[in-house]
This record gives sequence, C-alpha cells and structure tokens, in this order.
Amino acid sequence: MVTPNSISRESDLSGGEYKWGFVTEVEQDFAPKGLSEDIVRLISAKKDEPEWLLEWRLKAYHHWVKMAKEQGEPEWAKIRYPQIDYNDIYYYAAPKSSTEAPKSLADVDPEMLATFEKLGIPLQEREKLAGVAIDAVFDSVSVATTYTEQLEKLGIIFCSFSEAVKNHPNLIKKYLGSVVPYSDNFFATLNSAVFSDGSFAYIPPGVRCPIELMTYFRMNAEGTGQFERTLIVADKGAYVSYLEGCTAPFRKTSQLHAAVVELVTLDDAEIKYSTIQNWFPGSKEGEGGVYNFVTKRGICRGVNSKISWTQVETGSAITWKYPSVILQGDNSTGEFYSVALANNHQQADTGTKMIHIGKNTKSTIVAKGISAGQGQNTYRGQVKIMPSAENAVNHTQCDSLLVGDQCGAHTVPYIEVRNPTARLEHEASTSKVSDDQLFYLRSRGISEEEAHHMIITGWSREVIKELPFEFAMEAGQLLKVSLEGAVG
Amino acid sequence: MLQVTDLHASVVDADEEILKGLSLSIGAGEVHAIMGPNGSGKSTFANVLLGRPDYVVNSGVVTFEDEDILELFPDQRALRGMFLAFQYPAEIPGVRPWQFLKAALDARREYAGEKPLSVRDFSKLFDDKVEAVGIDPDLVKRSLNEGFSGGEKKRNEMLQLEMLEPRLAILDETDSGLDVDALRIVAEGVNSLRSPDRSFLIVTHYQRLLNYIKPDVVHILVDGRIVETGGPELAMTVENSGYEQYIKAAVAD
Amino acid sequence: MTLAAATGEKYAADFKALTELRPVSDWVSKLRQSGWDHFDSIGFPTARRGNELWKYTNLAALDQGQFGFQFDESDAVEPDVLRERAPWSDDWSTLVFIDGRYSESLSQVSSGDGVQVRNLSDVANSESLRTNLGTHAAVDENAFSALNTAFLVDGGFVQIADNREDTSPIHFLFVTTPGGSWAIYPRTLVVSGINSRSTVIESYISLGDEGGFTAPVAEYVLNSGAGIEHYRVLVENEETFHIGTTRVYQLDNSTFTSTSFALGPKIGRNDVHVLLDAPGAECTLNGLYLTTGDQHMDNHISTTHAKPHGTSHQFYKGVLSGNSRAVFSGRVLVEKDAQKTQAFQKDLNLVLSHGAEIDTKPSLEIYADDVQCAHGATAGHTDSEALFYMQARGIDEVTAQAMLMRGFASEITDMIRVDGLQDYVHGVVEEVIPRLQAAAD
Repeated sequence: MVTPNSISRESDLSGGEYKWGFVTEVEQDFAPKGLSEDIVRLISAKKDEPEWLLEWRLKAYHHWVKMAKEQGEPEWAKIRYPQIDYNDIYYYAAPKSSTEAPKSLADVDPEMLATFEKLGIPLQEREKLAGVAIDAVFDSVSVATTYTEQLEKLGIIFCSFSEAVKNHPNLIKKYLGSVVPYSDNFFATLNSAVFSDGSFAYIPPGVRCPIELMTYFRMNAEGTGQFERTLIVADKGAYVSYLEGCTAPFRKTSQLHAAVVELVTLDDAEIKYSTIQNWFPGSKEGEGGVYNFVTKRGICRGVNSKISWTQVETGSAITWKYPSVILQGDNSTGEFYSVALANNHQQADTGTKMIHIGKNTKSTIVAKGISAGQGQNTYRGQVKIMPSAENAVNHTQCDSLLVGDQCGAHTVPYIEVRNPTARLEHEASTSKVSDDQLFYLRSRGISEEEAHHMIITGWSREVIKELPFEFAMEAGQLLKVSLEGAVG
Repeated sequence: MLQVTDLHASVVDADEEILKGLSLSIGAGEVHAIMGPNGSGKSTFANVLLGRPDYVVNSGVVTFEDEDILELFPDQRALRGMFLAFQYPAEIPGVRPWQFLKAALDARREYAGEKPLSVRDFSKLFDDKVEAVGIDPDLVKRSLNEGFSGGEKKRNEMLQLEMLEPRLAILDETDSGLDVDALRIVAEGVNSLRSPDRSFLIVTHYQRLLNYIKPDVVHILVDGRIVETGGPELAMTVENSGYEQYIKAAVAD
Repeated sequence: MTLAAATGEKYAADFKALTELRPVSDWVSKLRQSGWDHFDSIGFPTARRGNELWKYTNLAALDQGQFGFQFDESDAVEPDVLRERAPWSDDWSTLVFIDGRYSESLSQVSSGDGVQVRNLSDVANSESLRTNLGTHAAVDENAFSALNTAFLVDGGFVQIADNREDTSPIHFLFVTTPGGSWAIYPRTLVVSGINSRSTVIESYISLGDEGGFTAPVAEYVLNSGAGIEHYRVLVENEETFHIGTTRVYQLDNSTFTSTSFALGPKIGRNDVHVLLDAPGAECTLNGLYLTTGDQHMDNHISTTHAKPHGTSHQFYKGVLSGNSRAVFSGRVLVEKDAQKTQAFQKDLNLVLSHGAEIDTKPSLEIYADDVQCAHGATAGHTDSEALFYMQARGIDEVTAQAMLMRGFASEITDMIRVDGLQDYVHGVVEEVIPRLQAAAD
C-alpha cells in the first residue's frame, strides 16, 4: 500500500529537510484575492451549487465578518504568529484542466498525475494500490477518486464533496454542519463560507468497508488558502477506516489551511480516522510554512457507536487542532491517539475534546508531544461530563518529551465533571530522553542520533500502533526525518 | 588488549574521586576478575570503560587494542569491540529487543565493512540465541527490559553478548540476584565464548561466579585502587577471610 | 473587565473617606493611591470567553453587592466567642482583626527575641515593611491586590530574625461580626530571616450570617535557608465573597510548606502564587476544599520555577455535594534556567451529587529540558467496593460513607502539624460531613 510516507523511502533522507517541497507547474484557475460576498457567490457558482448551499455559505460568511469584527481570531492557544491578512489570500484556486470534471483517469492532467506519482500516490488502480481507495485533492479540488466502482457495489459512496453535492444532495443537506455548525469557531466559519472541495464518504447500514479510504491533500498554488471539508457518515452497524495525508510545496510565505472534518456514527457504527499531517513546516529559520487551523469533530449519535482519531502531526508551522468526539449515544466510545512533534520554529497546540452526554460512555486519550529545536508543543484537551452521562469513564495520559534546552512542552487539560457517577483519571509527565537509556543503547554501538530516534519512536509506539499497519511503519520514518538535526 | 594506567575518575560535578589511580592490563584471550567490597569503585570502573557520561575521567590513560579510547563516545567504543553487561539495564518503553539488537548488529557490521544481515538471517540467529540463552520467547516481544525480572534482565544481557560477539566483554555484577541455574547459564555463555582473541573482565563482589568461570587473573579493588593481583586462588582467600585486611591496609596508606 | 456604575461610586466614596480618616505616612498614602488607581482603571475581572484566569468563576454577583468599608466601631466580641468559634491556643501569638480592624484587647502576643509580631499600621516606619509590602503582591497584578492595597489600614506583620528557629505558632485571625455586610481587606506580610523557622496561621472566620466581601492579601518572603510552615483556614459563612491573594517569594534552599483548608463561601477564591527565585528552593502547597449548597470554591494555585534544582508539590483534594461547584486551576511554570526541576501536581475529587460540578485544570508549562514533572487529576464517587466491603462487615452505609470521606480528607488534614489547629479543622470536617451527605444523591 502507498502512504505519504512511502515518499520518504523514495526520497533522499540524508539532509533532514522537507522532501515534499517541489512545485507543480499546472495552469491554475484563480478567483481574485480577498474575501467578499462576491467571492463566496463565485465559488458556489463555479461549483454549480444548489441555492440552499449558497445560502448556507452566505450565512457563514456574514457570521464570520461579524466574528472578525467583534472578536477576531481565538487567542487562547499558545501560538504566536503574525496577523493574517484575509484579503491577501486566494480563496479559490483550481487546476484549469479540472473545470470539466474528469470522467476517468485518462482525462486528468498528466502533470497532476505525475505530481501524485512523485508524492508516492499513484492514482492508477493497479496492484500496488490494492486495499486503498484514494481521493486526491489538489489545491482544494478533488482531481481523482479511485476504486469508486468497486465501492459502489457495496453501496459505499466515496467521492469528492462537490460530486456528493450533485449526486447525493439529501445526504449532504442532512449532515453538513450537523457536527460543526457554520457558526462554530472563527476558522470553521471561514471554511463554511469558502470551502472548495474535500471528500465525502457514506457507509450504508451493516456494511464493513473492506478497504481503507484515503484522501490525499496537496497544496500547490502560491498565496492560496486551502479550505477543504470532509464528511463521513457511518450508518447503523457500518465500519470504515479512513486515512488522511497531506503535503505542500516549499514557500517562503505562509499558507493558511482551515479545514473542517465532520464524522457521524449511528447505532453500532464505527469510524476510525487516521491522519498523517506533514504540511510544509517552514524553513529551519522559521520562514514560511503552513498555518494549520483545523476543526475536526465527530459525533457518536447512535448507541454502541465508536469514533477513534489517530494523528501523527509532524508538519505545519502552526498546528491548531482538537479532533473531538461528542458521545451522545449510550455506551458509545471516543478515542484520541496523538503524536505531535514541534521542531525548529514549529508551534503545535493540539489535543482533543471528549464531551460525554450518553450513559456509560467511555473515552480514552493518549497524547504524546515531542518538542525539539525551538519548537513549542502544547497538549490542550477537554473532558466534559454532562449531568446526563451516568457512569461515564475517561482515562487520559499525556506525555511530553523535550529534546534540547530551547524548546517548550506544555500540558493544559480541562476536566469538567457534572455527574457524580463519572470516573476520570488524568496523568501526565514531562521529561527528557533518559541518559541511562541513551548510554545503554550507545554502549551497544548505536549512534546517538539513532539511539534518540529509537527511544522516541518506542516511546510513541502506544499511538503509532493504532495506525493501519503500513501507515505505522512510515510514521516512524517521518518522525525520524522530522527530528533530524535536533540531536547530536 | 586493554591497558589501563593510573586512572582517576569521579562523578560529574562531584569533588571526591572514586577511582584513584587504577592500573591493570588484560591480554588477548584472558579472563580477569575484579573483586572488591561495596563502594570500592568496581561498577564505576566498568562504566568508565564504556564512557558513561555520568563520570568524568580526571587523569590516566585507557587504551583498547593500542588505541586511546577516552575521547570516544560509548557507541564508538562498542563498535571497536567493547561490551558492558549492565548491572541495572535501562528499561526502554516501546523498543523491542529484536529491533534493538538488529540495529546494534547492523551498526557493528557496517563498521566492520560488512553488509547488514538480512531480516531472515538475523531472525534465525536471534531465535537460536534466544533458545540457547534460555530466554522466554514471549519476553523478547515485549519492550526492552521493561517489566523484566532481575534474572530476565541478566539473561537478556547475555543474549546481547552472544549476538554481538565483542572482543572484550565486561560483566558488571552479572551474578547479583541470580539463582544457581541462571548463574550456570551465564557461566556457560561466557565459557563457550572464550577464545584466544576474546577477553573478559568480570566484576563481582562474591567468589561464587568464579566457581563456574575460572579466571586467569584476579584483582582486588579497594578504595579506587588495585591493591592485590593474583591467580584464581586469590578469590578463595577473599571468600574465606573477606576484604577486611585489604580495607585496613588501604586505610593505613 | 467592568465595574457596575453604582459599585464603582461606592468604592470611590469609601476610598475618599478613608484618605480623610486619619493621617498616614507618605509612602502608605502613595501606595494606597496607586492601588486605587489600578483598581479604578480595571474593575473586577469578568468571566468573558477567553479569560483563562476567570474561566470558571463569575463575579457578577460580587459586582452587584456594593459592600462598604466599616468606618464605625463594630460590636464588641467576647474573647470566649473566639476561643469557641475560631482556631485558638494560648500558646500561640495571635493578632485579632475585627471586621478588618486590629483589636489590641483581643490579641495575645508574645514577641520574643528576634520575632516581631505587630499590627502593620503600628510599624509604618519599619524598613522591612516598606521594602516588602506590595512588592510580591503588586497592585498592578490583579484587581484584588489593588483594591486591598487601596484600603490598607491594619494587618499582620511578622519579621523573623536570621537563624531564629524555636518560635511558637503565629496566628492572624480575621473575624467578621454580625450586623453588617462589609468589605474587609486583611493584609499580611511575613519576612523570614536566613535559616529561620516559623509557623504562621491565617484564619478567616465569620461570626454572623450576613454576606460580606473579604479580600485578603498575604505576602511571604523567605530568605536563604528559611522555612515557613503555613496554614490558611477559610471558614466564612455561605453568603460571603472571599477572594484571597497569597504571594510567596523564595530564595535559595528555603522551604515553604502550606496547607489550606476551605469551606466554600458563596464565592471563594484561593489564589496562590509561589516564585522559586533562587536555586534549591522547595515548596509544597496542599489543600482541602469542601463545598455544598450553592457554594463555589476556586483554587488558583501556581508555582514558578525560575532557578535550577527547585522542587514543588501541589496537592489538592475536594469533596463536592449539593449544587456546589469547585475549581482547581493549577499551574507549574518551569522557566528556561530552571534545570533539574522536580514538580508534581495533583488534584483529586469526590463528587457526591448530580448538582455538583468540578472543573479541574492542572497545567504544566515547561521551558527547560532536564526536568521531572508530572501531574494527575481524578474525579469520581466514593469507592463502591470499599462501601460494600464495609457494609459486609456490618457498618451501615451512612457511617461507611462518612468514614470514607473522613479518610479522603485526612490525607490533607493529617498534614497539619499544629495541635490546636488540627483539632479545629477536624472538628469542622466532622460538622460538615453530615451536611455533605445530606446533600448527596
């Protein structure tokens, strides 16, 4: 199988630098820079959207204008960045060739196919890809989705968001904004106004999706924001494992990424969502990089349902994301497994929210933060037990590792309990790589850098083992590449 | 093979010296034992030889195969063929013994200009050694040393010794906390590895391990110095009359 | 930050009246003025979204309260009443403050060699007072520090000489009397000399049922090698607003060990910050909070490690019942230079009723790499297995539950090493347990 990390194998790892930073020369169709009602209308028109969706976008747009005026961006996270000029961003950039949706791979711009090939994401449905269906998103526009036919036979819908709007409007109408309302927060509201594409998956009742579904995001055009939207619905008794990978070119200016992901599970359904986030982190000196402001939230609407988030966050100059689960159905389960790395000048403020509403709901949080260079890494997580959540259980474990004396590691849990039958435990620790462990490995002939890497990936194993197998293999590699130069 | 001359060492940031002019020489194929009371500096010596960063060498010379090694990092010393079986092996969460030993063996082979073993060859070697050393195969699927009992940790050290085939193996109180069966396994491992070009330095408080491994030379270490050197019979003397006489003599100095 | 217009006028009028009351030293009047200016410009904090410091505590009701400064003489308090209602021992040096004003007749002070225990307005010329007062709890730090300083009149001042070790406990007793709803501004300053040892108790007691506003500020200065054993007892009535600010400044190898006990007032806040400003300093902050009814108790506990080799512990426990709410907002900040820091933080809670809410936020902020830091928090009900076990041995559920609660609380109360004080706190706990049980599900 192919994952973003296969790329690391094919590239030269020795320099320890971002290997996915090339730019693809394709003809782009841009809307003018800046944000206005006209731009929102233009995006909607380009996509030939129904009136109700335009209305929804406009409601979001007006709400965002109000938010921008009254409150501005949220300030509670431990991140520092220069003021974002929202009028200096392209809100719509699409490869020109995609204005007519490709009917088959033969219609896809060869430059683009080559790009994904170079990233290790070949879109030909060939042997190498068996077991994964991919939706490839290039600058916010879905350029190709594989395996759709095979999936259709099972009643599984896996397509770009725009196609879903056209072909499955009722599902979109029913679920869009049902987990993350358009008014949710500054960045989600912005996304609701201007989102251009993304992925949609629907697994019908009783179906276990036999292959992994994957969306691969590629940011290419300069000065663009990427605003994709993902919606996954697992109907009663359904199961799906979904993977997300991302890269962007090396740019001196920062790029804004404000995505929204909504997950819905009905009775007895399960969604397993895995992310390897490897957006361009900026140069060693802290120039450029992606500002990753992402709202990811799932709702366990049905009884006995489950949502599990696993993330390996190595990229982006700024990461601001809190994949969350609203545990509404009785006996539902939420999980969050995370490894976040902040090296050089990266800043990560990431964690989760587990909102317990139903009875006997259970949540598990395992968060590992690695700080290196001058990186600042914050775990911020909320566990909220509502009065109705009888016998709710949460266990949280947060560990931080410091590599070098210029970085910072911070742990900020918010535990809010309004039911006496709940049981909550939160544990956290912060330390550096132990000298004893290092000496032990080195006394066996393992170099300092290799020893560090071995200890750090071992320490992260609890999270990495939650990833689908091939992703897990490559996640270790990615951690290694991202940490190169941080020790020794 | 190993030449130690007037070695002085102390704990980083501490004033008091632990090794106060230690000298000894180990030839190829020889088995040396260092015995001494608690606090004499035995473990410090073993760790200083591998370059543990907690200690600082104040003066003296240590050469291994005629090369001055004091400026080398621990991994560089290991690649040259030195090995320390730890008294208290570190626990390393999430790192499997298999993965760890493969990395160590690959590094050594690369240093020697050899190709890394294929996964298949390595696995075979590993499984054979696991069986030979008598380690529960389930144990090596766990994290390195994590949750291992004292005896299991020692066996795991012996497994590494057998896998890495060093030129000089230093056993730091490998016998402490072992029952007779485990002691025999350690001894068998050492004895089977004895060869004309491999040397051993066995650090121990008690004589009993030396019932199974017959040393060529025995040193008595007291207060950071070798106070007596002799043949295997010296170990028996200590066993019978203790360290008192040496301690008194050292204090009188 | 806001201030209701009427409230603002009330405080402004009181401040003006106070400045005309009697002449004070120049520096005191300047200090007061700066306190007033700050308060006047910022008002009370609001629980607005994004205000992390006041995320869980809303002071709108305090703003509506319009509590006034007590300019008149309060009704006399009988010494026996204090012995009965407050922590008391004749072996201690006790300074008594009635509705914020020092009472010489009720106080009982044995100032020995090298130990100075005084009402601070009587020693306004003290160099040590002048240097330290308002230095560690600065007026520009928060509204309550500012307000307290603006209304600075009386307070406890302790100076322990270098190497002085065998002092008896020093007690500052701040009492409010029945018959009015006043704002009182207790102030404490303790300066401990090199390698000295001392024990200091602050207690806050209401004798009546009327709601008032208590805004204490306490500053502790520990010179090299000094040790202070500190206790803070908050047993005010359920109508009172209590917003306390404690600031501790520690030099090398000093040790500050504090145990706080709080019975929830209407809205209570125990805001403690310790600065470990030299190598090898150690601080331990323990606390127990018990809340029921509509009480709200907010523990805002923070430690800053600025220099290497420091050690800190935060250990708080809470029992919540009725419709009460408690907050633990703990923070440990390890600055870049504070290598070899060890810091531990823990907050454990028993929640007994559906109406109760605990919000706990133990946070670590770490900028040095060679550190060992850990924290933990739990919330849950009394252990049902333990309950069953005890019932199986013939103990009825109510008794068993009370035993478990007592056991839970004793982990903190057992740390009180001053005899008379431990008895007092145990007595209060015994009194409260049935009330907690009555309001439990």
